[in-house]
Amino acid sequence: MSDNTTFMQADGVESLIDVMAGKIWTLINDKEIADPLMVGIRTGGVWLAERLHQELGLRDPLGTLDISFYRDDFTRIGMNPEVHPSDLPIPVDDRHIILVDDVLHTGRTIRAALNEIFDYGRPASITLATLVDRSGRELPIQPDVTGLHPSLDPDQHITLIGPDPLGLILGAKTNRTSRGDEQDKDV
Amino acid sequence: MSLSNKALQLDDEQRLLHFLTIDGLDRSILTEILDTAEGFTGVSERTIKKVPLCRGKVVANLFFENSTRTRTTFELAAKRLSADVLNLNISASATSKGETLLDTLRNLEAMHVDMFIVRHATSGAAHFIAQHADPGVGVINAGDGRHAHPTQAMLDMFTIRRHKGEFVGLRVAIVGDILHSRVARSQILALNTLGVSEVRVVAPQTLLPSDARSLGVHVYHDFDEGIRDVDVIIMLRLQKERMRGAMLPSEHEYFSLYGLTERRLAMAKPDAIVMHPGPINRGVEMDSKVADGSKSVILQQVSYGIAIRMAIISMVIGTQNLRTQEVAV
Repeated sequence: MSDNTTFMQADGVESLIDVMAGKIWTLINDKEIADPLMVGIRTGGVWLAERLHQELGLRDPLGTLDISFYRDDFTRIGMNPEVHPSDLPIPVDDRHIILVDDVLHTGRTIRAALNEIFDYGRPASITLATLVDRSGRELPIQPDVTGLHPSLDPDQHITLIGPDPLGLILGAKTNRTSRGDEQDKDV
Repeated sequence: MSLSNKALQLDDEQRLLHFLTIDGLDRSILTEILDTAEGFTGVSERTIKKVPLCRGKVVANLFFENSTRTRTTFELAAKRLSADVLNLNISASATSKGETLLDTLRNLEAMHVDMFIVRHATSGAAHFIAQHADPGVGVINAGDGRHAHPTQAMLDMFTIRRHKGEFVGLRVAIVGDILHSRVARSQILALNTLGVSEVRVVAPQTLLPSDARSLGVHVYHDFDEGIRDVDVIIMLRLQKERMRGAMLPSEHEYFSLYGLTERRLAMAKPDAIVMHPGPINRGVEMDSKVADGSKSVILQQVSYGIAIRMAIISMVIGTQNLRTQEVAV
């Protein structure tokens, strides 16, 4: 991982989060959503969601999702050795959910997350907020709120590092993640 | 034995291919099993008590020996992973066991079963099946003879970790019929591998294996001494069905010497927990007041058994998937 380069430093990321918080605020007002429930996807999405949750002053505690059990590539890569429990402390039934992730790439992570949320109950709506909306979509999934649309080559890989300070790094994409590294979430 | 156990159970990247015995597995893989189980604990509390991880896989519960609890929790674990489950209760008949096992194995493989969960009265049965199973087919030992019951040991380790946090510094006493207990053997291996400070076994001489001390335990015959200042007390079931001759004076006398009562429990640390693999012989191994008391975590062990078995099934199926891909490439 030594050939990674910094794409954006902490102050840049923090100001993007401010912008996203503003956009989410506008969106939930437009949709007349009184009390949204925020859910972050591990790991980067949770770091991001923690900040958005605080900025928006949401009432209910933040939920976290680990999509390891919903990945569509389990048969290709085996079990993620670093799985964490998902934690949705508030029932999702009839709630308006803001789903937060760091990078939207192929869309497969979001598909897995949507499936997992529906195993907890039937939400009223789900709004998707991602820090980075990059090219390379393989599924018809688009964000409602995003911070950044970088122009990247298919072999480039953008990752949020954190949790404190946050930063975006750019590296070459590896074909196969070796065991022990955090598995590439959005393959 | 331990080298071959390692080679049979792990692939080149230390991933679980089969789960047959704790022997040969190091602390990192045992910890990985516990961590993975942690991820599954919430599934039972959700609206949909299932994850799609093993969808399309077929798991065969191959039980040559009766068991309600173990079979049920394996079945539930496999179903919560979205696998299809076949339950086969095959009583070991007069036929030569080797032939019966292989025959059964080949027939089930012809039905494209992806995993065998094996319970057998003969030690080594699960090993035998693992050695002969096709690549891509995983085997889990659900108890073989007096040899091992590794998933029970892992659910016990999970229960201990959930209550005590760390293994280092803990003093654990295993009490009762050590001689006939495959659970005790697996527990002792797991506890020592995970690095507890002391494992004690407490039993009458007649219910201890002759090589007890070589297992890495401190042996006590006096119950009160044996549980003094321990953090965890694991009571074992008196396996009356496996006993021959006069191993025990009487159940009443056994209870008076080795039955866990509230008075005795006071010898252990104030925050000690009491465990039992079930089913309990109330009034023989322990008093009902202890079994149902605030220090008892016996029913939690059953719940954790599902999460641990989900972890082991999914890890083995995941590794076997990779194996078939490598063969295909």
